[in-house]
Amino acid sequence: MRLVPRGEAPALFVAAVSLLAVLLAFAASLVLLALYGASPWEAIAVVYRGVLADPRGFAEVLRRAVPLTLAGAGLALAFRAQFWNIGAEGQLLVGAVAASGVALFGPGEGVAKLVLMAAVAFVAGGLWAMVPAYLKARLAVNDVITTLMFNYVAIYLVEWLIHGPWKGKSVFGFAYTDRFPASAWLPLWPGTGLAWPGLVMAVVAAALLAWLLGATKLGFEVRVVGENPEAARYAGVRALSTLLQVALLSGGVAGLAGFVEVAGTHHRLLAPLQISLGYGYTAIIVAWLGRNRPLATLLTGLLIGFVFAAGDVAKVALATPFQLVQVVNGLILFFLIAAEVPIRYRVVWRPERG
Amino acid sequence: MAESWWVSTLARGLAFSAPLLLAALGELVAERSGVINLGVEGMMILGALAGFAAADASGDPWLGVLAAAAAGTLAALVHAFFSITLRANTYVSGLALTMVGLGLSGLLGKPFAGRPLAHPLPKLDIPGLSAIPWLGPGLFRGQSALLYLGLLAALLLWYFLYRTRGGITLRSVGENPAAADALGVNVYRVRYLATAFGGAMAGVAGAYLSVDYRPSWTEGMTAGMGWIALAIVIFAAWDPLRAVLAAFLFGAFYHLAYRFQAYLAPEFLKMTPYLFTVLFLVLSALGKSVRLGAPEALGRPYLRGERE
Repeated sequence: MRLVPRGEAPALFVAAVSLLAVLLAFAASLVLLALYGASPWEAIAVVYRGVLADPRGFAEVLRRAVPLTLAGAGLALAFRAQFWNIGAEGQLLVGAVAASGVALFGPGEGVAKLVLMAAVAFVAGGLWAMVPAYLKARLAVNDVITTLMFNYVAIYLVEWLIHGPWKGKSVFGFAYTDRFPASAWLPLWPGTGLAWPGLVMAVVAAALLAWLLGATKLGFEVRVVGENPEAARYAGVRALSTLLQVALLSGGVAGLAGFVEVAGTHHRLLAPLQISLGYGYTAIIVAWLGRNRPLATLLTGLLIGFVFAAGDVAKVALATPFQLVQVVNGLILFFLIAAEVPIRYRVVWRPERG
Repeated sequence: MAESWWVSTLARGLAFSAPLLLAALGELVAERSGVINLGVEGMMILGALAGFAAADASGDPWLGVLAAAAAGTLAALVHAFFSITLRANTYVSGLALTMVGLGLSGLLGKPFAGRPLAHPLPKLDIPGLSAIPWLGPGLFRGQSALLYLGLLAALLLWYFLYRTRGGITLRSVGENPAAADALGVNVYRVRYLATAFGGAMAGVAGAYLSVDYRPSWTEGMTAGMGWIALAIVIFAAWDPLRAVLAAFLFGAFYHLAYRFQAYLAPEFLKMTPYLFTVLFLVLSALGKSVRLGAPEALGRPYLRGERE
C-alpha cells in the first residue's frame, strides 16, 4: 500500500470524510465512557433528552457555540495566513478584562455602554495577539510559543485583578469583582441562559471574516501569504502589515468572546477557568474542523458547543468529570487530522514499481 | 554566609531547571530528526501521572520513572504515527496530543489527587564533591538524581550528535531527508526513534515533578513547562550543552524573581517564567541570524519520491 498525492479533493468528499471523523471520535468517546464504568447507551439517551430534545438544553449548545465560533472564526483567518495563533484563550481573557473594566469603572449608560465594552474588548484582544505577530514578522520568533505564553500571562493578570485592585467591595472572602451594573448586562433570550446579542455577533463576525477573506485586498494577501510565501514577496505583499491586521482581527474577535462571557453570563470578572472553559484552545479545533473557513465555523462551533453541553448534562446525570469534554475534543482533533490522509492522498494498493 | 544567595540560586535554579532540561533534550533530538512535537506538555503530564501511579502502587519511585518514560514514549508514538506515517499537520497533531494528554490525565488522575507519595526519589548528597568551593554546595548537596541524569544526558547527546556516526545520520535526516534516503538511511525509522526518545524524556521530566520535586499528583501540574522546554530548544539553538545553560538560566531567573516577592504580587511572580520565555526567544532572535541551528527540514513531512 502506498499514498499518492492528489489534487483538490471535491468539497462534498471533504465534508463527508470530516463528518465520518467526528462520528468515529464520538464512537471512541463512548468506548472510553464504557471503560470509565458508565453505560454508553444511557449516555446517548441522557444527552438526547437533555440537549437535543429540550429547547433549553439546545440554548445551552448555542451559548457554548458563541465564544467558540467567535474565537474559531478568527483563528481560521489566522491559520490561513500561517499565523499560528494558539493564544485565543489569552486574547479572550484580556477581552473579558477590558470589558469588565468599562462595566465597573467606565462611563456610559444602556446600549452605548455595551458597545463601548465590546469595542475595548476587541481592541484588547487584538493588541494581545499583535505583539506575537509583530515578533514573528520582524524577528521570526516562534508564534506558537509566544501566543501560548501570553495565555499564561493573561491568566495571572486576571488572577491579580480579582485578588487585588479589582476585588469586589461586597464579596468578602471571594476572589471576583463586584457585580456589573445592570446596564452592562447583555439581554437573554427569554427562558434561557443565552445572551442573544452574542449569537448575532458570532454570525456577523463569521460572515464578515469570510467576506474579508474572499473579497478584499487583505483577504487576497492572506491567501497568497498562506499558500505561497515566496510568491507573496514577489507580488509585493507587505508581510508585516498583513500579519498585524490578521492578528488584530483574530485576537479582536476572541476578545469579543470574552466580552460576551462576562456581559452575557457571569456579570463580573472571576477566575480565568470560570470565564473560559478552555474555549480559546478548543477554538483551534473549531477552525480546523471548518477547514479554516470562517463561515464554516458557524457549523463547527455548533458541533463543539454540543460537545460542551453534552458534557454538562452527562456530568449531572452520570457523574462523569468535566475532563471528559477535553478528551472528546482532543479525540475529534486526532480523527480529523487522520482524515487528512484520504483527503490529500489516494491510497494505491498495488506495490510500488521501480 | 556571603555566598549563601549564590548557593541557593545555584541549588534552586538547578532544581527548577531539571524538568525543563530533560524535556528540552528529548525535544531537541526529535527536532534534530526533523519532527516538531508540540505535544511535550501532554507527554509530560501523562508521564507525571503514570510516574506517580506506578510509584504509589509499587512503593518504588524508580519504577515510577520507568513507567513515566513508557507513557511518554507511547504518547510520542501516537504523534509519530500521525505526523510521520500519515503526514498530517505536525503542529495540529502535537496540539491534539497536548489536549488529549491534559484531558486524559485529569480524567484518570482523579483518585490520586491530593495524596502524598510515601516514597519519593531520595535527594543525593555527593560526599567530597559537595565540599568544592562555590559550586559544590549548590550542585552536589540535596539534588535529585534526575538532575544528574539530565546533565549526563546532555553530555552524552552532545557526543552522540557531533562525534558518532549515529549522530550524523540523525542530523542528516533532519537536514536533508531525501539525501539521507538516497544514502540508504531509513528516514522513517530514524524519525520514529527520535520522536520516541523525545517522549521518553518528556515522561521522565513529568516524573521529576510527581515523584521528586513535589511528590504528589495535581491536575495540570506541568503548568506550561512543556512549552517552556520547546522555547529552550530554540534558545539553545538545538545544542544539548547550550540547553543545559538555557535551562539553568531559566531556573535561576525564576528563583531570583522569588527573592523579590516582598515587592511583587504573587500573581506577577507566577507570570515571570512565561514572560521570561518570550524575552528569551526575542533575545535569541536578536542575538544571531534567526534560523541559525534549526534543522533544514524541521516540521516537513517526508514522502519518499516526492519532489519539493
